[in-house]
Amino acid sequence: MIEFQHVSFAYEKGRSVIEDLSFRIGDGESVGLIGANGAGKSTVMKLMLGLLAGEGKILVDGSELNRANLSQIRRKLGFVLQNSDNQMFMPTVYEDMMFGPLNYMLSREEAERRVDAVLERLGLQALKHRHNHRISGGEKRMAAIATVLAMEPETILMDEPTSALDPYNRRIVINTIRELGQTKLISSHDLDMILDTCDRVILLSEGRIAADGPAERVLRDRALLEAHHLELPLRLA
Amino acid sequence: MNKMEKALHELSEMDDLAAQDSPVHRLHPTAKLLSTIAYIAVVVSFGKYQLGALAPMLLWPVLLFQVSGVSVRTCFYKLRIVLPLVMAVGLFNPFYDRAPMLYLGGVAVSGGVVSMLTLMLKGLLCLMASFLLMATTGIDSLCASLRRLHVPGMLVTLLLLTYRYVGVMTEELAVMTDAYHLRAPGQKGIHVSAWGSFLGQLLLRSMDRAQELYGSMLLRGYHEHFHYAPVRPFALPDGVYTLGCALVFLLLRRVDISQLLGSLLVR
Ligand SMILES: Nc1ncnc2c1ncn2[C@@H]1O[C@H](COP(=O)(O)OP(=O)(O)O)[C@@H](O)[C@H]1O
Ligand SMILES: [Mg+2]
Repeated sequence: MIEFQHVSFAYEKGRSVIEDLSFRIGDGESVGLIGANGAGKSTVMKLMLGLLAGEGKILVDGSELNRANLSQIRRKLGFVLQNSDNQMFMPTVYEDMMFGPLNYMLSREEAERRVDAVLERLGLQALKHRHNHRISGGEKRMAAIATVLAMEPETILMDEPTSALDPYNRRIVINTIRELGQTKLISSHDLDMILDTCDRVILLSEGRIAADGPAERVLRDRALLEAHHLELPLRLA
Repeated sequence: MNKMEKALHELSEMDDLAAQDSPVHRLHPTAKLLSTIAYIAVVVSFGKYQLGALAPMLLWPVLLFQVSGVSVRTCFYKLRIVLPLVMAVGLFNPFYDRAPMLYLGGVAVSGGVVSMLTLMLKGLLCLMASFLLMATTGIDSLCASLRRLHVPGMLVTLLLLTYRYVGVMTEELAVMTDAYHLRAPGQKGIHVSAWGSFLGQLLLRSMDRAQELYGSMLLRGYHEHFHYAPVRPFALPDGVYTLGCALVFLLLRRVDISQLLGSLLVR
């Protein structure tokens, strides 16, 4: 369970990006975090992961995020960055996937077994020994998801997982997300994808919550979406 | 591909070279690291006029090229940017040191020319040796073996990350030069007036990316040391190789083979 209690944050003094944000995500939920560019979606995720520190309380499974339990909490959360190039820093997909499990003191054999299992599940065996900067954008996004799954997190955070993908790769990513059993928080302005993958939607606007409810209801509300620079999902239009 | 992407591609080619298989590749990374350090130390220690005595040191890299299957052409191609810089070091010696030193077929050769050639050869040998080490070992095994030699973890991680971040910076540079040239068609290079802002942007963008990368490492449980792939144990042949190399280098340092051969022929 993840809970924000009156969280505020500013990159520069006096210019609040997140303002008095409170919400709660229960175990097993899949939540879409939607909002126009600059609404603060990425910032919310980075706060949750302790990459940024703001005011207010952030609780993960009941314990407040602080320096002492940071690494324990991070272990529960898997984060897929918006830009996969910034996520993958080892030479090959395999080495990148091994990086997390090895840091968590798994033996090499165990780690490799996990890596193989994830690759097989996602149908990515062919990528295993490829060089990270020689694979396509779509493959890279899938590989980034694979590196996170190899750590077996309880909750998965994805920042705009379908951005810059062609329709085919976008579909692959959507199907993969749908099959994940974990708690999910997915940020995007690709509302069709959110409709496909999430049960609940939080609409963020200028760092505040403008709506929070069942995906079917929020994503059907044309007036609400348009007031916050979004459009109805094509499927519902 | 623009120039920067080409540079990036080359960097990844080094990884490819290192992933190949040959008796040299199969040697223990520590054996290669130590022998390379010994080689460079010995090469550097030659006196500035000892051109003849230094020349036989060329044998080692030549042998390594042969056995490892790494092509000499690739080496010179990769080194094409640093090589001239290193070679330029001794360029002015001939102007300062004009006293004739030896006579080749009646032509006087000044000490300056000899010391220039010696310096150039030293530079060339050291570069080739370092290149061969990289081309047959790979950055990860190298770092792992540095750690085993008790080089501080911080330093080794720094080395590894620098190697990785060079890639990040080159990528940003590639994107930015493309963006620049699209709006300044027909212009060669980047105009001086734009250098300041260009460099500033490059730094900011690289820093942003480096920070995201570092964040992504932290999120995956990184605590200031890498878990390098296990390296097989240091075996007898590795020890023999390392010691053998060191002995031969020392021998070549003590005994001037060229002179020896010369005196044999003359007699
Ligand atoms: N590193 C930063 N420094 C200063 N301002 C930033 C930084 N990152 C983001 N911002 C600002 O914070 C706001 C929210 O950004 P972000 O969370 O990235 O939005 P989103 O992910 O919803 O597009 C934007 O106005 C953006 O300009
Ligand atoms: Mg964002």
